[in-house]
Amino acid sequence: MKRARIVYGGSIHHAKEHEGNLLLDNGTLVGEEEVVWLPPVEPKTVFALGLNYADHASELAFQAPSEPLVFLKGPNTFIGHKGQTVRPADATYMHYECELAVVISKTARKVKAEDAYNFVRGYTIANDYAIRDYLENYYRPNLRVKNRDTCTPIGPWLVDAEDIQNPMNLTLKTYVNGELTQEGNTKDMIFSIPVLIEYLSSFMTLNAGDIILTGTPKGSVDTPVGAQVITEIEGLGRLANTIVG
Amino acid sequence: MSKVIFTFQGSHLFHDGEVRGNFLHYNGESYEINKLPLDAPVSGTIYGTLLNYKGALSQMGNAVYEEPYNMPPEAPILYIKPINTIIGYGMPIPMPIDETELEIGAALGIVIGRSATKVSVTQALDYVAGYTIVNDVSIPHKSIYRPAVKFKARDGFCPVGPWIVHKEDINPDSLHIKVFINNELKQENTTGNLIRSVPKLLADVTEFMTLSEGDILLAGIPENPPKANAGDQVRIEIEGIGYLENRVMKEDELIAGVNI
Repeated sequence: MKRARIVYGGSIHHAKEHEGNLLLDNGTLVGEEEVVWLPPVEPKTVFALGLNYADHASELAFQAPSEPLVFLKGPNTFIGHKGQTVRPADATYMHYECELAVVISKTARKVKAEDAYNFVRGYTIANDYAIRDYLENYYRPNLRVKNRDTCTPIGPWLVDAEDIQNPMNLTLKTYVNGELTQEGNTKDMIFSIPVLIEYLSSFMTLNAGDIILTGTPKGSVDTPVGAQVITEIEGLGRLANTIVG
Repeated sequence: MSKVIFTFQGSHLFHDGEVRGNFLHYNGESYEINKLPLDAPVSGTIYGTLLNYKGALSQMGNAVYEEPYNMPPEAPILYIKPINTIIGYGMPIPMPIDETELEIGAALGIVIGRSATKVSVTQALDYVAGYTIVNDVSIPHKSIYRPAVKFKARDGFCPVGPWIVHKEDINPDSLHIKVFINNELKQENTTGNLIRSVPKLLADVTEFMTLSEGDILLAGIPENPPKANAGDQVRIEIEGIGYLENRVMKEDELIAGVNI
């Protein structure tokens, strides 16, 4: 099942994908073009991984980390499918990051990797934009790079875990203005989904609705104002976003 | 006497009251503060600020010019204390099994009153509802090159309270802060030593991200944060707000973070 949170007719609805349309929680069937898309899960605690694909780490001239490089993101940064992301006027290098987002289903503490999938509710797509001009070497990547308003589109769907046979073998692609600029596969993650859940829950409690953005493969390019950016993950759909000034 | 906003354990409601001495006046009645099941007065996201005390930055010395930092911080360096870390007045701070001491971060919590985006220094305080006390607990760690989630985001590592004091009663840029461990004074500082004053910090943070109603921005942690061991009673006092008290307890003596 693919689930969405949308605005239709002035109110927020939960919806399901139904033969190319959206079936709202009140039984109304509406077209995908008729709604405003919200993040499919209301973000609370959101983890993001840096350098979790060996090819992206070497692209940025970093050694692959020996322990997950985790940072947190605030709710201000998330926007839904077909949203607009603001590029600051002085930015010289702003790039997308297509990432598999894992949504936690229930309270998780000291979970072993072999049980980790029992704590996954589903998956969605995140585009974790970074503005490299603002990188500083304190708590890197710092929030000025990674937690800006509008800079983390997420969606369109929350896809139920049981619908994704192997989340560790999904193709990720990014298109800028229709041109394929990034391609990778989740099998190349350094720290897999079960390992990340074991790692995080080893030292803190994860809650239902927490989201883990699992990092991006190589293929970063600058996205100027006006760029139409599509991040796509096999089985999850296509997340569309426009860069604005 | 100060006007406060508070909440009780098990309730999502925020109430207006008045504090006089050891009593909280609410709805025409007086209650002894120590007998009230106060909860953390938090409804938004808590953002911490790194190296915002002059003494904390100067203690870094030349390291800020060396690898891996290479230059002193330019913009505010923030971090998030996620919801699993937040606990209220009087609740136990869990000491992780593998650790022996915790760092006590005495922070002024700036509580946002309405959505703040790109606010100016002169108008910044218009967006503040009030102030609270936050204990930004950490596992001691030296490097601040990579995000410190593993050191700062443990369950129960962010006591907040006991209440929010209305901003009208507070000048946030000259508040005495004291930390007592088992009633012994261990640290003293003042928000007069902030590198970015409260209005300046709000302006510089909201330049790149919106702070929403209920969010709490921490003004920073003074240098030489005291250490606490299991069993220690930790008390942070901030002038004009009150005090926040919590005891450190071994994690395995608690059930889901609660002492029953």
